[in-house]
Amino acid sequence: MPVLLATDVLVWLLVLSVAAFAWYSRRRAHLAAPWARVFRSRTAVASAVVLACYILVGLLDSLHYRPALAARDAGAPVAYSVEARSLLDLGLAPLRERFEKTYSAPLATRLYQREQVELPDGRTARDFPRLRHGGAHLGAEADWGEDVALRALAGLVAAFALWSVVLLCARRTLVRRWPNVPWGAAAAALGAILALAGPVAMLAGGFHVLGTNQVGQDVLYQALKSIRTSLVIGTVTTLVLLPLGIVAGIAAGYFRGWVDDVIQYLYTTLNSIPGVLLIAAFVLMLQVFLDNHGDWFPTTAQRADMRLLGLCAILGLTSWTGLARLLRGEALKLSELEYIQAAHAFGVSHARILARHILPNVAHIVIISLVLDFSALVLAEAVLSYVGVGVDPSTTSFGTMINAARLEMAREPMVWWSLAAAFVFMFALVLAANLFADAVRDGFDPRVRV
Amino acid sequence: MLGYILRRTLYAIPILVGINLLTFALFFLVNTPDDMARMQLGMKRVTPEAIAKWKAERGYDRPLLWNAPAAGMKKFTDTIFFDKSVKLFALDFGRAEDNRDIFNEIRTRMGPSLALAVPVFLVGLMVNITFALGVAFFRATYLDFWGVILCVAMMSISSLFFIIGGQYLISKLWHLVPISGYVGGVDAAKFLVLPVLIGVIGAFGSSTRFYRTLFLEEMGKDYVRTARAKGLAESVVMFRHVLKNALIPILTGVVVVIPTLFLGSLITESFFGIPGLGSYTIDAIQAQDFAVVRSMVFIGSVLYIVGLLLTDISYTLVDPRVRLA
Repeated sequence: MPVLLATDVLVWLLVLSVAAFAWYSRRRAHLAAPWARVFRSRTAVASAVVLACYILVGLLDSLHYRPALAARDAGAPVAYSVEARSLLDLGLAPLRERFEKTYSAPLATRLYQREQVELPDGRTARDFPRLRHGGAHLGAEADWGEDVALRALAGLVAAFALWSVVLLCARRTLVRRWPNVPWGAAAAALGAILALAGPVAMLAGGFHVLGTNQVGQDVLYQALKSIRTSLVIGTVTTLVLLPLGIVAGIAAGYFRGWVDDVIQYLYTTLNSIPGVLLIAAFVLMLQVFLDNHGDWFPTTAQRADMRLLGLCAILGLTSWTGLARLLRGEALKLSELEYIQAAHAFGVSHARILARHILPNVAHIVIISLVLDFSALVLAEAVLSYVGVGVDPSTTSFGTMINAARLEMAREPMVWWSLAAAFVFMFALVLAANLFADAVRDGFDPRVRV
Repeated sequence: MLGYILRRTLYAIPILVGINLLTFALFFLVNTPDDMARMQLGMKRVTPEAIAKWKAERGYDRPLLWNAPAAGMKKFTDTIFFDKSVKLFALDFGRAEDNRDIFNEIRTRMGPSLALAVPVFLVGLMVNITFALGVAFFRATYLDFWGVILCVAMMSISSLFFIIGGQYLISKLWHLVPISGYVGGVDAAKFLVLPVLIGVIGAFGSSTRFYRTLFLEEMGKDYVRTARAKGLAESVVMFRHVLKNALIPILTGVVVVIPTLFLGSLITESFFGIPGLGSYTIDAIQAQDFAVVRSMVFIGSVLYIVGLLLTDISYTLVDPRVRLA
């Protein structure tokens, strides 16, 4: 039975609107040209490939359903599990289901803690017990090195094969269609990702590639699940931020007078409250609200999802001021220009001037600030989750992973893999987003046009 | 000048009132005091008597805005709004959940916060400007290219990783400084070295890149070309002309944060166990101590508005082109 989580709907809505916008601007030179400039940069193309991989994982994780429970007797109505799963969970079922007892190091075959184990001759001793799943297929542990090497090699070969196929297909279609794009960078980025993903996928069949956490959950699975949370925070927030920022900013700059005064007052007030404190105050109230209305949500996933959505709304509510200020300045400047004055003289209505003349001319600011905001929001999520005003503790996110890792660092011997996994996945995402944002800014900003 | 400052100060009053109303709405209208009581006391098996007692202890048992049965001025003053929101203006913050006076707590915690935030601010400013100037000097070379890459890479690392990594490397592995904690006086230095270092590193990427853009923008201007055409050495152009003029946007940009240094840095303080206002706020958020959060929101806003005022004044001091209207 499919489940519609609120954030899923919004994510897919965003995908649709981005696709619609792409279709719309395809045949309009003034909209397509900046994007063509963006995709002439090698770093932009490479980081776009990385981002696309993240988005693919995030989208797969945004199609939820409730699996049917096995019917106890034939003819009984089908009952559904209370747990919402996503398509990604389906694909990663082995990772999700193979729990260990507690911590185990990456690729380990034994637990990270000593336990009472029974020796073959009946005596008991304290030793590191074998894992239930990690390396369970190995007959003798001495085969470990050989098995890991073989799996990694097989993964590399498979990745190379896949890469060649993709390259051959792309040469026929994409390269011919857009010859100006530096496809070499895209191929290199894709190759690098596949070279990492191939061995990891192969090894994940028999081991916990990134180890397990305190409750024995696979860290790789957690990291992959965190991607969706990051993407949702980085994108859904803009759904709240955009309308507020655009309407307030343009109205203030275009109408001036008391409208300007009111809007300026609003955003100075909001801006004066230190960001984290304002968000914390909002989230605390959201928490009280959700706790008092727990009966509104049939499953915990839906409740956690509402918290995520609330966090996005709060982040949007508290961060539209920057965009509004930029747009106000631009609208002030634009409304003085001759063509707008001419439109006034012709008796064109305000609504039409705003839609036809002002809005298209500030679109580049909107796009630039959207892309720049994304990485800031992803980073903010981690900090907020640490402070305790981030996502629901049951939602996997980079913030909750880092938060848990804090205690693990103090352990002796140290548990480093959760933190390392969160670091690598987050760093790649934010770095790609930052590099892409830079290219977008260079492509769209009329001042840097050469 | 005095008239200008006075006018700007008066302008701040409606903003403070707005903040006050916003926080009041957030803390008392979105959820009723009953909701808060239920949350604090635990959701299950909470009796109405316990809620009433909780509310009475904290003065939440009064009407929100208008106390009709009371007499005279009491109609207005004997309400939650007056007691919890209006009194903030008189710096009367009330008591925290542990029954300590919030104002006293803030006063004692200001010192450690400043001891951390001021060095981070000064050292960071110096390091970032120096590095940005160097990168701008070597613009369009490999040094510039890799400098920018370094900045972007450092921007992409969450500050949490810098803190955890620094604590692990320097305190746990090399045992150079204690992992966390704080003492007053001169001994504080050994506890502060690492947080200051991490604070500087954490902000390095974005500020350096921003300053570099400012420098480059300034270097494209006509007077720089004139200076070069006069035959001035590049270093003279950089230090005497570009640096001076680029400092205007940099200085006015940082003035706004100076008053907020009092607030300390939330994350660093709580990681390193420094008993400043930042860790106070975090503890309050995690313990859901609404009174403390409300007070910190108010103080933070006041300090930010002071910062805005200082920014406007500093504009007129460093840039003779700006005249006060």
